[in-house]
Amino acid sequence: MAVYEHLYGAYEGDSHSAWSRFLVIPRYALREVFKSKLLVTIFILCFIYPLVATILVYLHHNANALALLQINVRELLPIDASFFLTFVQVQCAFAFILTVLVAPPLISRDLSNNALPLYLCRPLSRAEYVLGKMAVVMFLLSLVTWIPGLLIFFFQASLAGLAWLWANLWMIQAIFSSSMVWIILLALLSLAVSSFLKWRVVASGALLGMFFVPTAFGEIVNNLFLTRWGHLISLWATIKSIWRGLFGLFERQTGSIRGKVTNPIYDEQFFDIALLEPPLWVSWLVIAGICAVCVWLLARKVRAYEVIK
Amino acid sequence: MTNVIELEQLSVTFGKRPILKSLSGALGGRAIGLLGPNGAGKTSLIHTLLGFHPPTSGTARIFGQDITTDAKQVRATVGYMPESDSFIAKMSCVHFVRLMAELSGIPAKHALERAHEALFFVGLGEARYRPVDSYSLGMKQLAKLAQAIVHGPKLIILDEPTNGLDPPTRNRMIALIRQIRDGGRARILLSSHLLRDVEECCDEILVLKDGRIAANCNLEEERKLNRKFIELETRGGNRKGFVEAIGGLGCEYALSGERRIKLIMNETVEISDLYRLALENAVQIRRLNFKRDSLEDIFLKAMENGNAGDGASASVNNESRIENGNGRISDGGL
Repeated sequence: MAVYEHLYGAYEGDSHSAWSRFLVIPRYALREVFKSKLLVTIFILCFIYPLVATILVYLHHNANALALLQINVRELLPIDASFFLTFVQVQCAFAFILTVLVAPPLISRDLSNNALPLYLCRPLSRAEYVLGKMAVVMFLLSLVTWIPGLLIFFFQASLAGLAWLWANLWMIQAIFSSSMVWIILLALLSLAVSSFLKWRVVASGALLGMFFVPTAFGEIVNNLFLTRWGHLISLWATIKSIWRGLFGLFERQTGSIRGKVTNPIYDEQFFDIALLEPPLWVSWLVIAGICAVCVWLLARKVRAYEVIK
Repeated sequence: MTNVIELEQLSVTFGKRPILKSLSGALGGRAIGLLGPNGAGKTSLIHTLLGFHPPTSGTARIFGQDITTDAKQVRATVGYMPESDSFIAKMSCVHFVRLMAELSGIPAKHALERAHEALFFVGLGEARYRPVDSYSLGMKQLAKLAQAIVHGPKLIILDEPTNGLDPPTRNRMIALIRQIRDGGRARILLSSHLLRDVEECCDEILVLKDGRIAANCNLEEERKLNRKFIELETRGGNRKGFVEAIGGLGCEYALSGERRIKLIMNETVEISDLYRLALENAVQIRRLNFKRDSLEDIFLKAMENGNAGDGASASVNNESRIENGNGRISDGGL
């Protein structure tokens, strides 16, 4: 039907596949996201560390450069699990900043403009809608976390040779999994916040609060009770334990405190209190619990119309 | 004509409060009007058909597809224009409508073309690159209509489409709905509490009251059956002879009090025949009201029927109101 006819006509062409329909949402959302200059700037800044890491990998394998710099980079910063763990930690911190900027309006804007009925009256389920919104966050965060991480890994493998690759093949899974756990957690958490708070600034503030307030509170708990179990309250400390676990660098005992008891008979007695991190499975359980709560909140809030019972 | 919507003991409950109570019936009109006072369950019925609220019991079918088991297929064939302001912020109207088309399954390239067409059709062609949030209320309503029709649905559900519109915009909206209806490519379900809107657009109505069906009738058939209805006020003369003569002409009639006569004119009878009979019987005709059953009458009767008892089975039709055969009309019916 031509434009000039101005008539109503049925559509008789092809349809795109039903399974990929939810991907329409991130396509449109990302177009809006990259209209913000601030976000584009931060997005570019996110690639500074990967660039530095790539240069370090290159220096490791370039004898001329090493001679020129007169620094033994190989000893100073070995390319091993801890190198990639640091990479994941730095990039995931940037990912959090990106999430704070991108995610809050994703659902809240639809809720405040009553757009959910428009989405959900189409062949799109509530789960697909949330998946579409999650895909926006997941795509962006993937670009700054595991994708550059794996690229650097393969760059290192190409320079170090097959022996190194076979010896460190397990790290592919570690880089990917550690990033994905954080990405999924951030996506769910930010969307849950977005579905509850209609104001973007408040939602961003709430996300920052969720990150920093429990961390501070966890430290208070640790110092008051001479323990490390306060880390379970802190999102950052919990995820760091999981990352260490995935990279095979997790140690339960991270320190000890020397105590002193004054006994009238035996004089002074010293004792050591081992500071034990919570077991890894507890950290996984906490993260899984947070994700489950977020899914439950999203299931409650993402509805075409809220029914007040 | 195939049934558009079939309701099968459909009930919906919010918490412990029943909203829709065992609705049954089949709707097959080109444009179906969903009428009822505020809180009657019109919007709840629409939301249930769209799968927003799960039925507590029973089910419904749209074009033969079950709303619970084939929800996605149902929604693929339906276009919905919600009652309240609904749009996606910070997006130009053409992108908004295009997004809606793509979500309905139309590939990106065709979706853009369809979005332009739909916006030109509703009259927003010139304003299509403006963000929807900058639109006036009337323009937002038209944008909502555009997104509802962009994918060429077989059934278009319009929930209070003329809400808050000024008269010219309302007329435009009604004209568009009629144009879609007359095109014959889509059926329409129009929910409104404005009888005029429904009367102008619809050929079938479903009246809801307190979550029950108070009336379900085909307006076209109703109008055909609705013969000329006249109310006379007479004085003096041979009144008995006058009414018998009216009966003799084949008109159905009823006496109301000492002076009033209600009658339904036969196709062959003219007003002049009544004057002639009055002259023959020395009866003075003091007043003659010529009246047809309007949608308002049907609606009010449905409301009364709804009050009288179970409205689920109430159906307004002439047969139930007029006792044919002996040439007399039951007084209560009129």
